[in-house]
Amino acid sequence: MDDATSEQSGQEEIDYVELDDIIEKEFGSDKENLIMILQAIQQRYNYLSEGALNYLSEKIGVPISQIYGVATFYATFKLKPRGRNIISICRGTACHVRGGQRVFEKVENDLNISDGETTADNRFTFETVRCIGGCSLGPMAKINDDMYGRLSSDRIEKILDQYE
Amino acid sequence: MKIQSEKDLKYIRQEYAKTLYTPDVTKVNIGMAMCGIANGAQASFQKASEAFSGDNGISINKTGCIGFCEVEPLVEIFENGKPRVVYKYITEDKILDAIQDYRDGTFNKKWIVGQMREPHSILEDDIDNPLANVPLLKGIPVFENIPFYDRQVKIVTRNCGYIDPDSIEEYIARRGYFAFFHALNDLEPKQIIDIIKMSALRGRGGGGFPAGIKWASCAKHDSDRYVICNADEGNPGAYVDRSIIEGDPHSILEGMLIAALAIGSSQGFIYVRHEYPLSIKRLITAIKAAEKYGLLGDNIGGSDFSFQIKISTGAGAYVCGESTALMSSLEGKVGRPRAKYVHTVDKGFRDGPSNLNNVETYANVPAILLKGAEWYTSLGTEHSKGTKLFSLVGNVTNSGLVEVPMGISLREIVFDIGEGVPGNKAFKAIQTGGPSGGCIPEKLLDLPVDYQKLTDVGSMMGAGGMVVLDEGVCMVDIARYFIEFSKDESCGQCNPCREGIKQMLTILTGICEGTGKEGDIELLEELGSMLQKFCLCALGTSVANPVLATIFYFRKEYEAHIREKKCPAGFCKALVNPKTDKPKN
Repeated sequence: MDDATSEQSGQEEIDYVELDDIIEKEFGSDKENLIMILQAIQQRYNYLSEGALNYLSEKIGVPISQIYGVATFYATFKLKPRGRNIISICRGTACHVRGGQRVFEKVENDLNISDGETTADNRFTFETVRCIGGCSLGPMAKINDDMYGRLSSDRIEKILDQYE
Repeated sequence: MKIQSEKDLKYIRQEYAKTLYTPDVTKVNIGMAMCGIANGAQASFQKASEAFSGDNGISINKTGCIGFCEVEPLVEIFENGKPRVVYKYITEDKILDAIQDYRDGTFNKKWIVGQMREPHSILEDDIDNPLANVPLLKGIPVFENIPFYDRQVKIVTRNCGYIDPDSIEEYIARRGYFAFFHALNDLEPKQIIDIIKMSALRGRGGGGFPAGIKWASCAKHDSDRYVICNADEGNPGAYVDRSIIEGDPHSILEGMLIAALAIGSSQGFIYVRHEYPLSIKRLITAIKAAEKYGLLGDNIGGSDFSFQIKISTGAGAYVCGESTALMSSLEGKVGRPRAKYVHTVDKGFRDGPSNLNNVETYANVPAILLKGAEWYTSLGTEHSKGTKLFSLVGNVTNSGLVEVPMGISLREIVFDIGEGVPGNKAFKAIQTGGPSGGCIPEKLLDLPVDYQKLTDVGSMMGAGGMVVLDEGVCMVDIARYFIEFSKDESCGQCNPCREGIKQMLTILTGICEGTGKEGDIELLEELGSMLQKFCLCALGTSVANPVLATIFYFRKEYEAHIREKKCPAGFCKALVNPKTDKPKN
């Protein structure tokens, strides 16, 4: 893992009781549930810290190399801390042919960050997703848990204003 | 209460048929699949629920996808003895007015999609139409006659938009779980498999393998067998499976139960992509309800048949839609496909015999068992029976979820159901099969929807994404788009896929940016043919299809980019002169 991640995880206090709750109670420390455990940890801590992954490795008896492999294979897992709000712009086919690229570029230019990056004030992390499945409403975006359809570059600007 | 027999089902059916068809109150059904919610259906639901809280004369309900996504949020309102009317664009600010409109009997045409003539599903031919004696409203279109609906045959989507997806009772009221009890009590496993074989049901996930043959291969083993549902709909442009899950999750559980009975399995898994949080939620609710009624768990219906279903979520990897990758992911590992010298029906999940079908395939099963293989095969073409769901999207007037009989022409789907391309633009092509498919040009639009016919023209049936492209879409850019997608999603373990895609993307990007040169097209063809021959998995061998198909049908467009440094569609920025060229999109 890169320096930024190790630094961050060094600073972060990990609540092991809480991790135990996820790993043991929710998922029975079952190796087969690894992907869902990682999702739950990320849901709780916003990203997967090195400390949490090491702890998980010991807890379920899966080598850290394998856990790291899974965490880097699947697109949803993030090894760096993310911003307070997560923008996911859909890059599915229907969104693409309906002008999704313009929405993507608008966000990129306005926030001055590219795909996968977080703004300096930690307000937004910008991500893309390969099809949210709301193709009839394209271009689409998801901000945190909220879905927005029929976007234009003007509309996305107004929507982003609502998130602090 | 544990359901022990068909008699118990009949009792529930009778109880809930009243709330479905002849309620004592005004029923308001708000379409609350993801598309509806993204357009404001949740807010409409809350507004109506608050406005009428404590009012016993009205009931505000949610339902799944009503289908006509273009005019969401959709709301159906009805009372016993009066027509059932579906309103369009019912956002929070209009919901109370729409209810008022119905109750007053004003029926403002501007707000209404249509009225329904027969609310029953295809499985309910044993009871009379509750609207038989209700006169139709004058001047309001009848649902069944609207072009968007009249070509459709709703087998898989029989309940979508008609029931509350979180209500197992309403599913039962529309003859849900009757097929399962018929299979449990009246049929031997082999008979079930024979019916599915005779129905010629083919896997709806893209490959089109005959489901009955797959079931039979899995059933011949003695060790623990697994019944797995692929709900990892990663195909960009397709939301077919999401709509089924969000609208009628029990139809999938029932299909899996029947498969488990036929195959002799006691453990089922649904692998659903995490990008579909609402689907996950509705599946969890459905499984809990089925467990409560004893339809999942031990000794189902008092028999010695036990079956459990567990949900497992994906984590954003398109390749996990491939069967061996999916099973590896289900084991908590990296999802990389393996060579299929040994089939998953022999050795799959946990190295055990595993039957994998997708959502739409399982949802077909209860209908086939209740109505028979003969009925099912009466729909469709020689090699493709039944119906297929498509999400009709892109540059099309009526986008939405459509279920059409196999054999219907692409032209009928685009121009009759979809009502063509909006904004006075010309139709250019239709894209099916996602990153494994191709673009079909105008001249081939009379082609029927059929597994073989679509493959013959360089595309494929795919999972059901059907993206309409108008003249403003650049075909080189579309090829580049899919290859970029595949570059991100390639699992990277085999050379042809990992390196080949990267080279194709470099060439395609060059052509789009004006640096394409003579020989590029031929090099793309050569690379494409290499990928088709040497990739490890089916996703890899089909990954070049979007490029090869666009070169085949739209070669002139590639040549214009390379030789004249022009993008005929006016899409590629580097090739458009803002002063002289007017972009078409």
